[in-house]
Amino acid sequence: MEGLLSVSVGTVFWASIAFISVLLILKKMAWGPILKTLEEREQGIANALKQAELAKEEMASLKSGNEQLLKEAREERELILKEAKEMGDKMRSEAKERAVSDAAQLLANAQREIETQKKAAIEELKNQVASLSIEIAEKLVKDNLSDAEKQNALNSRLIQDLKAN
Amino acid sequence: MRSFLMLALMICGVVVFGQHDAHTVASHSSIDAASHKEAEHAEASNEEEKFNPGDMIMHHISDAHQVHFIGKLYMPLPVILWNHGHLDVFMSSAFWNGFDERGELQFKSYTASSGATYENHHESIVISAGEEHAAHGAETAHEKPMDFSITKSVFGMLFIIVLMIVIFRSVAARYKEGAHKAPTGLQNAIEPFILFVRDEVAIPSIGKKKAASFMPFLLTVFFFIWMCNMFGLIPFLGGFNITGTLSITLVLATLVFIITSINGNAHYWGHIFWPPGIPLGIKLILVPIEALSIFIKPTVLMIRLTANITAGHIIILAFVGLVLLFGESSAVAGYGVGIGAVLFMIFMFFIELLVAFLQAYVFTLLAALYFGDATQDHHHEEDHH
Repeated sequence: MEGLLSVSVGTVFWASIAFISVLLILKKMAWGPILKTLEEREQGIANALKQAELAKEEMASLKSGNEQLLKEAREERELILKEAKEMGDKMRSEAKERAVSDAAQLLANAQREIETQKKAAIEELKNQVASLSIEIAEKLVKDNLSDAEKQNALNSRLIQDLKAN
Repeated sequence: MRSFLMLALMICGVVVFGQHDAHTVASHSSIDAASHKEAEHAEASNEEEKFNPGDMIMHHISDAHQVHFIGKLYMPLPVILWNHGHLDVFMSSAFWNGFDERGELQFKSYTASSGATYENHHESIVISAGEEHAAHGAETAHEKPMDFSITKSVFGMLFIIVLMIVIFRSVAARYKEGAHKAPTGLQNAIEPFILFVRDEVAIPSIGKKKAASFMPFLLTVFFFIWMCNMFGLIPFLGGFNITGTLSITLVLATLVFIITSINGNAHYWGHIFWPPGIPLGIKLILVPIEALSIFIKPTVLMIRLTANITAGHIIILAFVGLVLLFGESSAVAGYGVGIGAVLFMIFMFFIELLVAFLQAYVFTLLAALYFGDATQDHHHEEDHH
Protein backbone atom coordinates (compact mmCIF):
# COMPACT_ATOMS: atom_id res chain seq x y z
CA MET A 1 0.00 0.00 0.00
CA GLU A 2 1.09 3.50 -0.68
CA GLY A 3 0.24 4.64 2.87
CA LEU A 4 3.31 3.25 4.53
CA LEU A 5 6.14 5.24 3.02
CA SER A 6 4.28 8.30 1.80
CA VAL A 7 3.88 11.48 3.78
CA SER A 8 0.36 12.76 4.23
CA VAL A 9 -0.02 16.54 4.46
CA GLY A 10 -3.02 16.18 6.75
CA THR A 11 -1.18 13.90 9.18
CA VAL A 12 1.82 16.23 9.21
CA PHE A 13 -0.55 19.13 9.87
CA TRP A 14 -2.28 17.42 12.79
CA ALA A 15 0.94 15.98 14.16
CA SER A 16 2.55 19.45 14.16
CA ILE A 17 -0.39 21.08 15.89
CA ALA A 18 -0.84 18.24 18.35
CA PHE A 19 2.80 17.83 19.26
CA ILE A 20 3.56 21.53 19.58
CA SER A 21 0.45 22.10 21.69
CA VAL A 22 1.26 19.17 24.00
CA LEU A 23 4.80 20.49 24.25
CA LEU A 24 3.61 23.95 25.24
CA ILE A 25 0.87 22.69 27.56
CA LEU A 26 3.16 20.25 29.35
CA LYS A 27 5.97 22.80 29.49
CA LYS A 28 3.71 25.20 31.34
CA MET A 29 1.66 22.73 33.35
CA ALA A 30 3.98 19.83 34.05
CA TRP A 31 7.65 20.07 33.15
CA GLY A 32 8.14 23.53 34.62
CA PRO A 33 6.81 22.75 38.08
CA ILE A 34 8.18 19.19 38.09
CA LEU A 35 11.72 20.17 37.16
CA LYS A 36 11.65 23.14 39.51
CA THR A 37 10.45 21.02 42.41
CA LEU A 38 12.97 18.28 41.62
CA GLU A 39 15.75 20.84 41.69
CA GLU A 40 14.45 22.30 44.92
CA ARG A 41 14.16 18.87 46.48
CA GLU A 42 17.67 17.94 45.42
CA GLN A 43 18.99 21.19 46.79
CA GLY A 44 17.02 20.62 49.99
CA ILE A 45 18.50 17.15 50.37
CA ALA A 46 22.00 18.45 49.66
CA ASN A 47 21.52 21.22 52.21
CA ALA A 48 20.13 18.84 54.79
CA LEU A 49 23.11 16.52 54.31
CA LYS A 50 25.50 19.42 54.62
CA GLN A 51 23.77 20.64 57.75
CA ALA A 52 23.83 17.17 59.26
CA GLU A 53 27.56 17.03 58.57
CA LEU A 54 28.01 20.43 60.17
CA ALA A 55 25.94 19.40 63.19
CA LYS A 56 28.04 16.28 63.51
CA GLU A 57 31.22 18.32 63.44
CA GLU A 58 29.76 20.75 65.93
CA MET A 59 28.82 17.87 68.22
CA ALA A 60 32.33 16.47 67.99
CA SER A 61 33.89 19.83 68.73
CA LEU A 62 31.42 20.34 71.58
CA LYS A 63 32.37 16.98 72.99
CA SER A 64 36.08 17.69 72.82
CA GLY A 65 35.39 21.14 74.34
CA ASN A 66 33.56 19.49 77.17
CA GLU A 67 36.41 17.14 77.76
CA GLN A 68 38.83 20.03 77.72
CA LEU A 69 36.67 21.86 80.22
CA LEU A 70 36.47 18.82 82.45
CA LYS A 71 40.19 18.35 82.30
CA GLU A 72 40.80 21.98 83.18
CA ALA A 73 38.35 21.77 86.06
CA ARG A 74 40.07 18.70 87.38
CA GLU A 75 43.46 20.37 87.17
CA GLU A 76 42.13 23.42 88.93
CA ARG A 77 40.66 21.32 91.68
CA GLU A 78 43.95 19.57 92.20
CA LEU A 79 45.74 22.90 92.26
CA ILE A 80 43.30 24.28 94.83
CA LEU A 81 43.62 21.17 96.98
CA LYS A 82 47.37 21.34 96.80
CA GLU A 83 47.40 24.99 97.73
CA ALA A 84 45.01 24.43 100.59
CA LYS A 85 47.15 21.62 101.89
CA GLU A 86 50.26 23.70 101.61
CA MET A 87 48.60 26.56 103.40
CA GLY A 88 47.35 24.27 106.12
CA ASP A 89 50.78 22.81 106.58
CA LYS A 90 52.28 26.21 106.66
CA MET A 91 49.78 27.47 109.21
CA ARG A 92 50.32 24.45 111.40
CA SER A 93 54.06 24.74 111.32
CA GLU A 94 53.83 28.47 112.01
CA ALA A 95 51.55 27.86 114.97
CA LYS A 96 53.88 25.25 116.27
CA GLU A 97 56.87 27.52 115.94
CA ARG A 98 55.05 30.33 117.65
CA ALA A 99 54.03 28.06 120.49
CA VAL A 100 57.58 26.83 120.94
CA SER A 101 59.00 30.34 120.95
CA ASP A 102 56.26 31.55 123.30
CA ALA A 103 56.99 28.77 125.70
CA ALA A 104 60.69 29.54 125.57
CA GLN A 105 59.93 33.16 126.21
CA LEU A 106 57.75 32.29 129.17
CA LEU A 107 60.38 29.98 130.57
CA ALA A 108 63.04 32.63 130.18
CA ASN A 109 60.86 35.16 131.87
CA ALA A 110 60.10 32.84 134.73
CA GLN A 111 63.74 32.02 135.18
CA ARG A 112 64.63 35.66 135.14
CA GLU A 113 61.92 36.32 137.76
CA ILE A 114 63.13 33.51 139.91
CA GLU A 115 66.64 34.78 139.67
CA THR A 116 65.57 38.24 140.69
CA GLN A 117 63.49 36.93 143.56
CA LYS A 118 66.37 34.76 144.69
CA LYS A 119 68.74 37.64 144.61
CA ALA A 120 66.25 39.78 146.56
CA ALA A 121 65.77 37.01 149.10
CA ILE A 122 69.51 36.51 149.53
CA GLU A 123 69.90 40.25 149.94
CA GLU A 124 67.24 40.35 152.59
CA LEU A 125 68.70 37.36 154.40
CA LYS A 126 72.09 38.94 154.34
CA ASN A 127 70.62 42.07 155.84
CA GLN A 128 68.75 40.12 158.50
CA VAL A 129 71.87 38.09 159.37
CA ALA A 130 73.78 41.29 159.66
CA SER A 131 71.20 42.86 161.97
CA LEU A 132 70.92 39.64 163.99
CA SER A 133 74.63 39.44 164.26
CA ILE A 134 74.68 42.97 165.52
CA GLU A 135 71.95 42.17 168.14
CA ILE A 136 73.79 39.09 169.27
CA ALA A 137 76.96 40.97 169.38
CA GLU A 138 75.23 43.62 171.47
CA LYS A 139 73.88 41.05 173.98
CA LEU A 140 77.17 39.31 174.13
CA VAL A 141 79.02 42.37 174.66
CA LYS A 142 76.57 43.32 177.48
CA ASP A 143 76.97 39.86 179.25
CA ASN A 144 80.55 39.02 178.62
CA LEU A 145 81.85 42.24 179.64
CA SER A 146 80.96 41.38 183.25
CA ASP A 147 82.11 37.81 183.60
CA ALA A 148 85.06 36.11 181.83
CA GLU A 149 83.76 32.63 182.45
CA LYS A 150 80.40 33.44 181.19
CA GLN A 151 82.09 35.16 178.42
CA ASN A 152 83.76 31.90 177.38
CA ALA A 153 80.67 29.83 177.90
CA LEU A 154 78.77 32.25 175.77
CA ASN A 155 81.38 32.16 173.12
CA SER A 156 81.30 28.42 172.91
CA ARG A 157 77.48 28.38 172.89
CA LEU A 158 77.37 30.96 170.16
CA ILE A 159 79.79 29.00 168.22
CA GLN A 160 77.65 25.94 168.87
CA ASP A 161 74.65 27.82 167.59
CA LEU A 162 76.44 28.94 164.58
CA LYS A 163 77.44 25.40 163.89
CA ALA A 164 73.92 24.23 164.43
CA ASN A 165 72.74 26.85 162.03
CA MET B 1 5.43 -8.89 35.26
CA ARG B 2 1.70 -9.49 35.57
CA SER B 3 1.00 -7.09 32.74
CA PHE B 4 3.42 -9.02 30.54
CA LEU B 5 1.51 -12.21 31.27
CA MET B 6 -1.72 -10.44 30.43
CA LEU B 7 -0.19 -9.32 27.19
CA ALA B 8 0.97 -12.86 26.41
CA LEU B 9 -2.54 -14.19 27.08
CA MET B 10 -3.96 -11.56 24.80
CA ILE B 11 -1.61 -12.60 22.01
CA CYS B 12 -2.84 -16.17 22.41
CA GLY B 13 -6.29 -14.69 22.08
CA VAL B 14 -5.34 -13.14 18.78
CA VAL B 15 -4.42 -16.54 17.47
CA VAL B 16 -7.54 -18.27 18.76
CA PHE B 17 -9.81 -15.69 17.19
CA GLY B 18 -7.38 -15.26 14.35
CA GLN B 19 -9.23 -17.45 11.86
CA HIS B 20 -12.19 -15.16 11.87
CA ASP B 21 -10.05 -12.05 11.75
CA ALA B 22 -7.88 -13.38 8.97
CA HIS B 23 -10.79 -13.91 6.62
CA THR B 24 -11.94 -10.40 7.24
CA VAL B 25 -8.52 -9.03 6.59
CA ALA B 26 -7.85 -11.20 3.59
CA SER B 27 -11.06 -10.39 1.85
CA HIS B 28 -10.77 -6.75 2.79
CA SER B 29 -7.41 -6.47 1.12
CA SER B 30 -8.71 -8.41 -1.84
CA ILE B 31 -11.25 -5.66 -2.34
CA ASP B 32 -8.52 -3.08 -2.15
CA ALA B 33 -6.67 -4.91 -4.84
CA ALA B 34 -9.79 -5.22 -6.88
CA SER B 35 -11.05 -1.71 -6.48
CA HIS B 36 -8.90 -0.51 -9.35
CA LYS B 37 -11.58 -1.88 -11.55
CA GLU B 38 -14.92 -1.29 -9.95
CA ALA B 39 -16.75 -3.56 -12.41
CA GLU B 40 -14.68 -6.59 -11.49
CA HIS B 41 -15.21 -5.89 -7.83
CA ALA B 42 -17.68 -8.63 -6.96
CA GLU B 43 -16.04 -11.20 -9.18
CA ALA B 44 -12.57 -10.50 -7.82
CA SER B 45 -13.59 -10.75 -4.16
CA ASN B 46 -15.19 -14.09 -4.79
CA GLU B 47 -12.22 -15.25 -6.79
CA GLU B 48 -9.44 -14.29 -4.41
CA GLU B 49 -10.02 -16.60 -1.46
CA LYS B 50 -6.39 -17.19 -0.58
CA PHE B 51 -4.99 -15.59 2.50
CA ASN B 52 -2.31 -13.03 1.70
CA PRO B 53 -0.12 -12.34 4.73
CA GLY B 54 1.55 -9.37 3.03
CA ASP B 55 -1.77 -7.60 2.57
CA MET B 56 -2.82 -8.45 6.11
CA ILE B 57 0.37 -6.99 7.52
CA MET B 58 0.17 -3.86 5.40
CA HIS B 59 -3.44 -3.39 6.42
CA HIS B 60 -2.42 -3.40 10.07
CA ILE B 61 0.58 -1.13 9.88
CA SER B 62 -0.77 1.38 7.37
CA ASP B 63 -2.74 4.43 8.28
CA ALA B 64 -6.52 4.23 7.76
CA HIS B 65 -9.68 6.30 8.01
CA GLN B 66 -11.29 3.99 10.56
CA VAL B 67 -10.07 1.96 13.52
CA HIS B 68 -10.56 -1.78 12.99
CA PHE B 69 -10.73 -3.58 16.30
CA ILE B 70 -11.78 -7.14 15.53
CA GLY B 71 -14.21 -8.80 13.18
CA LYS B 72 -17.01 -6.41 12.34
CA LEU B 73 -16.07 -3.96 15.06
CA TYR B 74 -14.98 -0.73 13.38
CA MET B 75 -14.81 2.80 14.74
CA PRO B 76 -15.45 5.63 12.29
CA LEU B 77 -13.15 8.65 12.33
CA PRO B 78 -13.79 12.18 11.08
CA VAL B 79 -12.89 12.88 7.47
CA ILE B 80 -11.87 16.47 6.86
CA LEU B 81 -11.29 17.42 3.22
CA TRP B 82 -10.30 20.68 1.59
CA ASN B 83 -11.47 20.48 -2.00
CA HIS B 84 -10.93 23.56 -4.16
CA GLY B 85 -12.07 26.04 -1.56
CA HIS B 86 -14.74 23.78 -0.06
CA LEU B 87 -14.39 22.23 3.35
CA ASP B 88 -16.10 18.85 3.70
CA VAL B 89 -16.35 17.27 7.13
CA PHE B 90 -18.07 13.94 7.67
CA MET B 91 -17.51 10.67 9.48
CA SER B 92 -15.68 7.94 7.61
CA SER B 93 -18.67 5.67 8.27
CA ALA B 94 -20.30 7.52 5.34
CA PHE B 95 -18.11 5.39 3.08
CA TRP B 96 -19.21 2.16 4.71
CA ASN B 97 -21.49 -0.03 2.68
CA GLY B 98 -22.21 -2.85 5.10
CA PHE B 99 -20.41 -6.17 5.21
CA ASP B 100 -20.30 -8.91 2.65
CA GLU B 101 -21.12 -12.55 3.41
CA ARG B 102 -17.75 -13.05 5.17
CA GLY B 103 -18.02 -10.02 7.44
CA GLU B 104 -15.94 -7.90 5.13
CA LEU B 105 -16.34 -4.12 5.24
CA GLN B 106 -17.55 -2.75 1.90
CA PHE B 107 -16.99 0.80 0.69
CA LYS B 108 -19.16 3.10 -1.38
CA SER B 109 -18.77 6.62 -2.64
CA TYR B 110 -20.17 9.52 -0.67
CA THR B 111 -21.45 12.87 -1.86
CA ALA B 112 -20.62 15.53 0.69
CA SER B 113 -22.57 18.71 1.41
CA SER B 114 -20.38 20.68 -1.00
CA GLY B 115 -21.62 18.48 -3.81
CA ALA B 116 -18.34 16.70 -4.42
CA THR B 117 -18.36 12.90 -4.42
CA TYR B 118 -15.54 11.10 -2.66
CA GLU B 119 -14.33 7.53 -2.55
CA ASN B 120 -12.12 5.69 -0.10
CA HIS B 121 -9.52 4.37 -2.48
CA HIS B 122 -6.83 2.30 -0.72
CA GLU B 123 -7.39 4.41 2.36
CA SER B 124 -6.64 7.58 0.45
CA ILE B 125 -9.64 9.75 -0.29
CA VAL B 126 -10.15 10.57 -3.97
CA ILE B 127 -12.74 12.60 -5.82
CA SER B 128 -15.05 10.39 -7.83
CA ALA B 129 -14.59 10.80 -11.55
CA GLY B 130 -18.36 10.72 -12.03
CA GLU B 131 -21.16 8.21 -12.44
CA GLU B 132 -20.31 7.05 -15.95
CA HIS B 133 -16.63 6.49 -15.17
CA ALA B 134 -17.54 4.47 -12.17
CA ALA B 135 -20.10 2.52 -14.10
CA HIS B 136 -17.64 1.66 -16.80
CA GLY B 137 -14.93 0.95 -14.31
CA ALA B 138 -12.50 3.02 -16.30
CA GLU B 139 -8.96 3.49 -15.04
CA THR B 140 -8.82 7.17 -14.20
CA ALA B 141 -6.16 9.35 -12.69
CA HIS B 142 -7.93 10.08 -9.42
CA GLU B 143 -7.92 13.65 -8.29
CA LYS B 144 -7.22 14.00 -4.59
CA PRO B 145 -8.56 16.65 -2.23
CA MET B 146 -6.35 17.98 0.56
CA ASP B 147 -6.92 15.37 3.25
CA PHE B 148 -6.89 16.72 6.80
CA SER B 149 -8.75 13.73 8.18
CA ILE B 150 -8.29 12.46 11.68
CA THR B 151 -6.83 9.16 10.53
CA LYS B 152 -6.06 6.16 12.71
CA SER B 153 -2.54 7.42 13.49
CA VAL B 154 -3.71 10.98 14.11
CA PHE B 155 -6.47 9.67 16.37
CA GLY B 156 -4.00 7.48 18.24
CA MET B 157 -1.64 10.43 18.59
CA LEU B 158 -4.39 12.69 19.91
CA PHE B 159 -5.40 9.98 22.37
CA ILE B 160 -1.79 9.68 23.60
CA ILE B 161 -1.54 13.45 23.87
CA VAL B 162 -4.70 13.68 25.98
CA LEU B 163 -3.39 10.80 28.09
CA MET B 164 -0.05 12.61 28.52
CA ILE B 165 -1.73 15.82 29.58
CA VAL B 166 -3.95 13.99 32.08
CA ILE B 167 -1.09 11.93 33.54
CA PHE B 168 1.50 14.69 33.76
CA ARG B 169 -0.93 17.29 35.03
CA SER B 170 -1.93 15.03 37.90
CA VAL B 171 1.72 14.21 38.58
CA ALA B 172 2.69 17.88 38.40
CA ALA B 173 -0.04 18.72 40.93
CA ARG B 174 1.86 16.65 43.48
CA TYR B 175 5.06 18.54 42.73
CA LYS B 176 3.30 21.86 43.10
CA GLU B 177 2.56 20.96 46.71
CA GLY B 178 6.19 21.59 47.47
CA ALA B 179 9.63 20.11 47.42
CA HIS B 180 9.41 18.62 50.87
CA LYS B 181 6.73 16.05 50.12
CA ALA B 182 7.82 12.47 49.56
CA PRO B 183 6.81 11.23 46.07
CA THR B 184 3.74 8.98 45.96
CA GLY B 185 1.80 6.84 43.49
CA LEU B 186 2.11 7.73 39.82
CA GLN B 187 4.77 10.27 40.69
CA ASN B 188 7.01 7.39 41.79
CA ALA B 189 6.57 5.71 38.43
CA ILE B 190 7.20 8.83 36.36
CA GLU B 191 9.97 10.49 38.34
CA PRO B 192 12.76 7.98 37.58
CA PHE B 193 12.18 8.54 33.85
CA ILE B 194 12.18 12.31 34.19
CA LEU B 195 15.42 12.04 36.15
CA PHE B 196 16.75 9.57 33.58
CA VAL B 197 16.10 12.00 30.72
CA ARG B 198 17.62 14.85 32.69
CA ASP B 199 20.65 13.11 34.22
CA GLU B 200 21.49 10.44 31.62
CA VAL B 201 20.39 12.12 28.40
CA ALA B 202 20.21 15.90 28.59
CA ILE B 203 22.99 16.87 31.00
CA PRO B 204 25.76 14.61 29.57
CA SER B 205 24.92 15.68 26.01
CA ILE B 206 24.19 19.37 26.42
CA GLY B 207 25.83 20.38 29.68
CA LYS B 208 24.23 21.27 32.98
CA LYS B 209 23.63 24.95 32.28
CA LYS B 210 22.12 24.72 28.82
CA ALA B 211 20.22 21.46 29.36
CA ALA B 212 17.41 23.16 31.27
CA SER B 213 16.06 25.03 28.26
CA PHE B 214 15.86 21.83 26.18
CA MET B 215 14.34 19.68 28.92
CA PRO B 216 10.65 20.34 28.08
CA PHE B 217 11.14 19.26 24.46
CA LEU B 218 13.24 16.22 25.36
CA LEU B 219 10.81 15.06 28.03
CA THR B 220 7.81 15.54 25.75
CA VAL B 221 9.48 13.70 22.87
CA PHE B 222 10.63 10.88 25.14
CA PHE B 223 7.26 10.23 26.76
CA PHE B 224 5.36 10.83 23.51
CA ILE B 225 7.40 8.29 21.56
CA TRP B 226 7.45 5.77 24.37
CA MET B 227 3.73 5.94 25.03
CA CYS B 228 2.92 5.82 21.31
CA ASN B 229 5.19 2.78 20.92
CA MET B 230 3.54 1.02 23.85
CA PHE B 231 0.07 1.95 22.63
CA GLY B 232 0.83 0.31 19.30
CA LEU B 233 1.69 -2.95 21.08
CA ILE B 234 -1.71 -3.39 22.70
CA PRO B 235 -3.63 -6.04 20.72
CA PHE B 236 -7.28 -5.52 19.68
CA LEU B 237 -6.89 -1.78 19.87
CA GLY B 238 -6.81 -1.24 16.16
CA GLY B 239 -3.12 -1.92 15.61
CA PHE B 240 -2.02 1.65 16.03
CA ASN B 241 1.32 2.30 14.40
CA ILE B 242 1.70 5.94 15.41
CA THR B 243 5.47 6.17 15.66
CA GLY B 244 5.68 3.95 12.57
CA THR B 245 3.85 6.60 10.55
CA LEU B 246 6.37 8.57 8.56
CA SER B 247 4.28 11.76 8.65
CA ILE B 248 4.43 11.84 12.46
CA THR B 249 8.10 11.01 12.85
CA LEU B 250 8.74 13.61 10.14
CA VAL B 251 7.21 16.26 12.39
CA LEU B 252 9.32 15.13 15.35
CA ALA B 253 12.51 15.12 13.26
CA THR B 254 11.66 18.52 11.75
CA LEU B 255 11.23 19.96 15.24
CA VAL B 256 14.64 18.59 16.20
CA PHE B 257 16.09 20.18 13.05
CA ILE B 258 14.42 23.54 13.76
CA ILE B 259 15.49 23.60 17.41
CA THR B 260 19.05 22.62 16.47
CA SER B 261 19.25 25.30 13.77
CA ILE B 262 17.72 28.06 15.89
CA ASN B 263 20.02 27.33 18.81
CA GLY B 264 23.09 26.74 16.66
CA ASN B 265 25.79 29.21 17.72
CA ALA B 266 28.55 30.74 15.59
CA HIS B 267 30.85 27.91 16.56
CA TYR B 268 28.38 25.29 15.30
CA TRP B 269 27.75 26.96 11.94
CA GLY B 270 31.43 27.82 11.64
CA HIS B 271 32.37 24.17 11.95
CA ILE B 272 29.92 23.25 9.21
CA PHE B 273 30.58 25.97 6.64
CA TRP B 274 34.22 26.83 7.36
CA PRO B 275 35.83 24.13 9.49
CA PRO B 276 38.95 25.57 11.10
CA GLY B 277 42.38 24.02 10.69
CA ILE B 278 41.63 22.06 7.52
CA PRO B 279 43.33 22.67 4.14
CA LEU B 280 41.28 24.45 1.50
CA GLY B 281 41.08 21.46 -0.84
CA ILE B 282 39.61 19.23 1.83
CA LYS B 283 37.34 22.05 2.91
CA LEU B 284 35.75 22.07 -0.53
CA ILE B 285 34.88 18.40 -0.14
CA LEU B 286 33.99 18.56 3.52
CA VAL B 287 31.72 21.59 3.52
CA PRO B 288 29.03 20.13 1.22
CA ILE B 289 29.07 16.91 3.22
CA GLU B 290 28.81 18.81 6.50
CA ALA B 291 26.04 20.99 5.07
CA LEU B 292 24.17 17.92 3.93
CA SER B 293 24.58 16.32 7.33
CA ILE B 294 22.40 19.05 8.85
CA PHE B 295 19.50 17.45 6.99
CA ILE B 296 20.73 13.88 7.10
CA LYS B 297 20.83 13.78 10.89
CA PRO B 298 17.12 14.46 11.47
CA THR B 299 16.21 12.35 8.45
CA VAL B 300 18.02 9.38 9.95
CA LEU B 301 16.27 10.09 13.23
CA MET B 302 12.92 9.94 11.43
CA ILE B 303 13.67 6.78 9.45
CA ARG B 304 15.17 4.93 12.40
CA LEU B 305 12.12 5.40 14.57
CA THR B 306 9.60 4.60 11.81
CA ALA B 307 11.53 1.57 10.60
CA ASN B 308 12.11 0.10 14.05
CA ILE B 309 8.53 0.36 15.18
CA THR B 310 7.09 -0.77 11.85
CA ALA B 311 9.53 -3.67 11.71
CA GLY B 312 8.44 -4.80 15.16
CA HIS B 313 4.81 -4.80 14.10
CA ILE B 314 5.66 -6.63 10.88
CA ILE B 315 7.53 -9.39 12.72
CA ILE B 316 4.71 -10.04 15.17
CA LEU B 317 2.12 -9.91 12.39
CA ALA B 318 4.28 -12.22 10.28
CA PHE B 319 4.04 -14.88 12.98
CA VAL B 320 0.26 -14.40 13.04
CA GLY B 321 0.28 -14.70 9.25
CA LEU B 322 2.33 -17.88 9.48
CA VAL B 323 -0.26 -19.52 11.71
CA LEU B 324 -3.12 -18.43 9.45
CA LEU B 325 -1.30 -19.55 6.32
CA PHE B 326 -0.81 -23.05 7.70
CA GLY B 327 -4.29 -23.00 9.18
CA GLU B 328 -5.65 -22.43 5.70
CA SER B 329 -4.30 -25.75 4.43
CA SER B 330 -5.36 -27.70 7.52
CA ALA B 331 -6.54 -26.87 11.00
CA VAL B 332 -4.05 -29.32 12.53
CA ALA B 333 -1.12 -27.63 10.81
CA GLY B 334 -2.47 -24.27 11.94
CA TYR B 335 -2.65 -25.26 15.58
CA GLY B 336 0.70 -27.06 15.34
CA VAL B 337 2.48 -24.05 13.93
CA GLY B 338 0.45 -21.86 16.25
CA ILE B 339 2.12 -23.23 19.37
CA GLY B 340 5.60 -22.41 18.10
CA ALA B 341 4.50 -19.10 16.64
CA VAL B 342 2.88 -18.00 19.89
CA LEU B 343 6.10 -18.75 21.76
CA PHE B 344 8.02 -16.71 19.23
CA MET B 345 5.44 -13.94 19.45
CA ILE B 346 5.74 -13.82 23.23
CA PHE B 347 9.48 -13.54 22.83
CA MET B 348 9.04 -10.82 20.20
CA PHE B 349 6.64 -8.93 22.42
CA PHE B 350 9.26 -8.79 25.13
CA ILE B 351 11.75 -7.54 22.57
CA GLU B 352 9.21 -5.00 21.33
CA LEU B 353 8.57 -3.74 24.86
CA LEU B 354 12.30 -3.16 25.11
CA VAL B 355 12.45 -1.60 21.65
CA ALA B 356 9.55 0.71 22.53
CA PHE B 357 11.62 2.16 25.35
CA LEU B 358 14.91 1.94 23.50
CA GLN B 359 13.72 3.86 20.45
CA ALA B 360 12.25 6.61 22.63
CA TYR B 361 15.58 6.75 24.45
CA VAL B 362 17.65 6.73 21.24
CA PHE B 363 15.56 9.46 19.62
CA THR B 364 15.78 11.62 22.74
CA LEU B 365 19.49 10.96 23.20
CA LEU B 366 20.36 11.81 19.60
CA ALA B 367 18.18 14.91 19.67
CA ALA B 368 20.00 15.95 22.86
CA LEU B 369 23.37 15.26 21.23
CA TYR B 370 22.45 17.44 18.25
CA PHE B 371 21.30 20.20 20.59
CA GLY B 372 24.53 19.83 22.55
CA ASP B 373 26.51 20.05 19.32
CA ALA B 374 24.69 23.21 18.30
CA THR B 375 25.17 24.99 21.60
CA GLN B 376 28.69 23.83 22.40
CA ASP B 377 31.10 26.52 23.55
CA HIS B 378 34.41 26.93 21.79
CA HIS B 379 36.61 26.30 24.82
CA HIS B 380 34.46 23.36 25.72
CA GLU B 381 35.32 21.87 22.34
CA GLU B 382 39.03 22.40 22.90
CA ASP B 383 38.85 20.66 26.23
CA HIS B 384 37.83 17.52 24.45
CA HIS B 385 40.59 17.64 21.86
